[in-house]
Amino acid sequence: MATMKNEIDFLLHLADNALIIGHRNSEWCGHGPILEQDIAITNIALDYIGQARNFYQHAAQLINQHPTDITINQTGNNMVLPATEDSLAYLRDVREFKNLLITEIPNGDWAYTTLRLYLLSEFELQLFTQLLQHTDAQVAAIAEKSIKEVSYHVKWSQDWVLRLGDGTEESKQRMQVAIEAIWAYTGELFIQPDYATAACLNYAAIQAAWNKKVSAVFEEAGLNIPSKTFVQKGGPDGMHTEHLGYILAEMQYLQRAYPNSEW
Amino acid sequence: MVNNTIATNAIWKILETVKDPEVPVLSVVDLGVIRAVELEEQQVRVTITPTYTGCPAMDMISMHIKMALNAAGYQTTIQTILSPAWTTDWMTENGKQQLKAYGIAPPIGKSFDQTYLDNLIVPCPQCNSTHTVLVSQFGSTACKALYKCEECKEPFDYFKCH
Ligand SMILES: [Zn+2]
Repeated sequence: MATMKNEIDFLLHLADNALIIGHRNSEWCGHGPILEQDIAITNIALDYIGQARNFYQHAAQLINQHPTDITINQTGNNMVLPATEDSLAYLRDVREFKNLLITEIPNGDWAYTTLRLYLLSEFELQLFTQLLQHTDAQVAAIAEKSIKEVSYHVKWSQDWVLRLGDGTEESKQRMQVAIEAIWAYTGELFIQPDYATAACLNYAAIQAAWNKKVSAVFEEAGLNIPSKTFVQKGGPDGMHTEHLGYILAEMQYLQRAYPNSEW
Repeated sequence: MVNNTIATNAIWKILETVKDPEVPVLSVVDLGVIRAVELEEQQVRVTITPTYTGCPAMDMISMHIKMALNAAGYQTTIQTILSPAWTTDWMTENGKQQLKAYGIAPPIGKSFDQTYLDNLIVPCPQCNSTHTVLVSQFGSTACKALYKCEECKEPFDYFKCH
């Protein structure tokens, strides 16, 4: 049943990506540059939390159906079954999280936030399109649902990359600084995790399509792709930056301090 | 069998009284989220599909459906399915009229031909002018975009195509 463990790990990877980027975007709530954009980014955050819920719910169902295939450590102890969407989000420790590093790095300024979302959502659009062919119909259904939302995220964030890149001297400079800082985290998008074994996946094709689209947008915006190619990696295997611990401390504090509390 | 059809129709009638909490003129039937109604004895199973994955109204919609049917004497279970994914194409004509009368521009065109992402002309639901501009892709909720009418100067929500 190695394949079942792989599928569960892959679902947790997708769920963690959505939860952590959703959390990061939600940090803008009340701090957006203007009201309309504040509302836009918090709605995008909400889309991501919705996607995370779908992936966690499905992962929890599979874990409960195959309890001997998987152990999830909860701060040193095995997780109490049945797993739920909440226990997977709130009770796993940092090494158990499988999200991409690009989702957990801090928001920076508006250029940084919108660029990160653009680079990530172009990747998600390609990935979810491949997942439409997944043999697990529920995975395909979540992907189908998510693609509609991700299309709007791409459109919105791409508009900001163009607007700032092709804007004033300062906005262009800020966007270029953001590119230099974030670029090292983009290589990880295309490293196929060991558990991403579904036959529909082709990371080389995702990378080729992503390169094509991102290069076109950067060219239109007059932005440069960095020549250095160092790659920060490890997130999908549980090796994170120092930032994820702080996110989890904030997100999980209540459930850990007051177990099973509801609101 | 005939009786069952009559009873199922009665349930659809009840569902028409359950409104979307975000857009109270729109029933869940007009919204197009009801995928199936199955009746056995007094047991009803209603299958619904979410509009948006993160839509906070969905939990409330499930609860309101349950309450309305329980009040009519039916034991109700709600099943949520994701596939086929909800699209604005499933919104009824009646629903679109209701939206417009409420001041929200209804979705234009077919979902997912991608043209909705670019250069869409949305007429103002107040004065019907096509002289409108997009303010933000995301309005008061994730399912709406914010527009402004250059003619009557009113801002308005547009129910986005999905
Ligand atoms: Zn008008």
